[in-house]
Amino acid sequence: MMDTLLLSRIQFAANISFHILFPTITIALGWFLLFFKLRFQWTGDLKWMEAYRFWVKIFALSFAMGVVSGITMSFQFGTNWPGFMETVGNIAGPLLAYEVMTAFFLEAVFIGIMLFGFSRVPGWLHTLATFLVAFGTTMSTFWIIVLNSWMHTPQGFEMIDGVAHATDWWAIVFNPSMPYRLSHMLLASGLTVSFLIAGISAFRWLLGDRKESVRSSMRAGLIFGALLIPVQIFAGDMHGLNTLEHQPAKVAAMEANWETRSNVPLVLFALPNEETRENDLEVAIPNLASIILTHKADGVVPGLNDFVTEDGTVLHPPVDKVFWSFRVMVGTGLAMLLLSWTSVALIARRNAHGRRLQIDRLPRILLYALVPMALSGWVATLAGWYTTEIGRQPWLVQGVMTTEMAVADLPAPMVLSTLLGYLAIYAALLFAYVGVILYLAVKARYDEPLESMTPASGEAVVDAITREDRGAVPAE
Amino acid sequence: MTMELFGYPADQWLPFVFAALMGLSILIYVVLDGYDLGVGLLTPFADDDEQRDMMVASIGPFWDANETWLVLAIGLLLVAFPTAHGMILTTLYLPVFFLLIGLILRGVSFEFRVKARAKYKNLWNWLFFGGSLLATLAQGFMLGIYVMGLEHSFGTILFGILCALALTLGYAFIGAAWLILKGMDRLQRNAVIWAKDCIWGLVVGIGAISLATPLVSDRIFDRWFVWPDMLWLSPLPILSLGLLALLWRSFRHLPADGDRWAWAPFTAALGLFTLAFLGLAYSFYPYVVPERLTIYEAASAPESLMIIGIGAIFVVPSILGYTALAYWVFRGKAKALRYD
Repeated sequence: MMDTLLLSRIQFAANISFHILFPTITIALGWFLLFFKLRFQWTGDLKWMEAYRFWVKIFALSFAMGVVSGITMSFQFGTNWPGFMETVGNIAGPLLAYEVMTAFFLEAVFIGIMLFGFSRVPGWLHTLATFLVAFGTTMSTFWIIVLNSWMHTPQGFEMIDGVAHATDWWAIVFNPSMPYRLSHMLLASGLTVSFLIAGISAFRWLLGDRKESVRSSMRAGLIFGALLIPVQIFAGDMHGLNTLEHQPAKVAAMEANWETRSNVPLVLFALPNEETRENDLEVAIPNLASIILTHKADGVVPGLNDFVTEDGTVLHPPVDKVFWSFRVMVGTGLAMLLLSWTSVALIARRNAHGRRLQIDRLPRILLYALVPMALSGWVATLAGWYTTEIGRQPWLVQGVMTTEMAVADLPAPMVLSTLLGYLAIYAALLFAYVGVILYLAVKARYDEPLESMTPASGEAVVDAITREDRGAVPAE
Repeated sequence: MTMELFGYPADQWLPFVFAALMGLSILIYVVLDGYDLGVGLLTPFADDDEQRDMMVASIGPFWDANETWLVLAIGLLLVAFPTAHGMILTTLYLPVFFLLIGLILRGVSFEFRVKARAKYKNLWNWLFFGGSLLATLAQGFMLGIYVMGLEHSFGTILFGILCALALTLGYAFIGAAWLILKGMDRLQRNAVIWAKDCIWGLVVGIGAISLATPLVSDRIFDRWFVWPDMLWLSPLPILSLGLLALLWRSFRHLPADGDRWAWAPFTAALGLFTLAFLGLAYSFYPYVVPERLTIYEAASAPESLMIIGIGAIFVVPSILGYTALAYWVFRGKAKALRYD
């Protein structure tokens, strides 16, 4: 029978999984919108404004989803995990307070001006509002990642009567895994949005929408995706080495390595078996895990059996979940690398018209492949979060408190009923969200291209001549 | 931490400062999200879809920032009084769940109702109303149970339900008052009617809580009905009656030419909520969990509160500043919401 702890964990996992989908989009989409807006301001080309106006709708929708699910998270600390704040509240509290004070209000106030203030404020103020919203979402990420990283690699505190007291805020904020986790998350958001934009633009292109804004958005998505993915692979590798240093049990589970030894192979496929404490059906490349993690073929890699105490208490995470989610993340990343580089190589080929990057050169099959990749960022981000968060178990704060210590003493049927309630709402909303994005993409085909902008919307007022000029140029 | 203020050590004045900050955020939340939840509650009574759109447009640029005050309030409870946070929220587990479901449905409906396929607009309109209603009922119920000392019995649950209904009418009233301010013509005329219909809920609600609190707790009874404290507490009920009189007068004039009197209902609502809140705060101080846990017992470590306090000194004024900017940008009568 499912107990309160397990149900509370599932509920929290469901909430955070649902929530993280939307910040993952809004963090980077805010910066993309700023990019579109600035291109419009600098070039006066209305296609950038069209791109802004299409994507700002998806931003607004994602933002609302993120806000409401974020509020849910903030309440769940109290309803389901009171022990967390009671034990580490002196540290988590100020970090969360700073998030609300420096990020939430900034985003919440300026999104009003960004969405609805276009004809009411000068262009520069609208651009500033766009910047402040993007900046706010990034600040929000910073504080949340600081807290999350501190839970993985806590330092700068002392325990007095079972309660953590801060001794060094600098050490708390700049804890050892924070820089890696922050860059990994920001890059993940950048990639999610790059592929979302490329994928939705490919979808619109396949529907016959040949607007300049579709071409430019697809180019922007593909190029940013192609640029960010190698950086992300590098950052992920650095993060892995950092985890090896501070949370070896997690790395051992990612690699499904049971014994501490040298010449550890890289396991490509296996069914980790916690009963026999071995891998079933293992397919592996000799020495590769040692080479990746220690840069030496005979490097020693820690094994899971080191994290079982003499009385049989298991202090390492569930192996199969961590092992598989890690592989899903890496696999998605490799698909991103392959697809974005192929696409950019194809559109960058020189032809008779010069070197402009031309979307028309993409074969249809590649466009069809890009459409489902619109959600690849979600898959990779979720898999990554599962790797790192399940990988932390049984600890809630590494070495300080276990998840079990934080859970509220609630009747299991009550938690079960709210869990089912949340799941139903989340499933329905996710369905509606994806449906509306596709609907907006389909509908955009019938939007007339912009002819002009109102003067209140900024200095870059474009007259009709520019458009006619562009219409005279042969199709790209 | 040896810091002193007016001779008091930090672990005595800091909890008070944070309780005051938290109280302020709750009050700001109740007024601000109160009016936008109220507008949500009134949407089914709109004459037509156009009027409904205008009602939503009047709160569109603000609701998100309004709701953030709830996050700040709950955040301050969480950071400043972590033990109380756990105690209150686990006790109110189910109403919190309904509050959250309500806020989720309502928050996303703002976007979905205009972006989804036209044939679903009506569904999202109903979810918008339903979400506003659910969130409001849950808040009122939670308030009632809190006032009753977080006890669950037949009587307290009944009182919680009474508070839930009263708060629903109270929010609908402040929502109507907002629409009198931001609406024109037919919408403004309707809003006047709604405000007149709902004000009774607010009066009954404030009355019920004012009567029930001293009856439930001897401590609270003794705080209010002692001479000479009664004398300097008397402005609370007297000012409330004065505001009701102002409302009564404004209703006889509204809607007036040149938009005169349009400010009066919202100002009166603001005043009534503030006075009721001050009364509650006076009753419960120094307890954060009624009769069980004081703010001094529940407070976090002073050094952690100081870290937040120092930041707040710089950040809160800027929050107030750019919130004022947003209200200034969207000043005047509500216009249809467009992304251009």
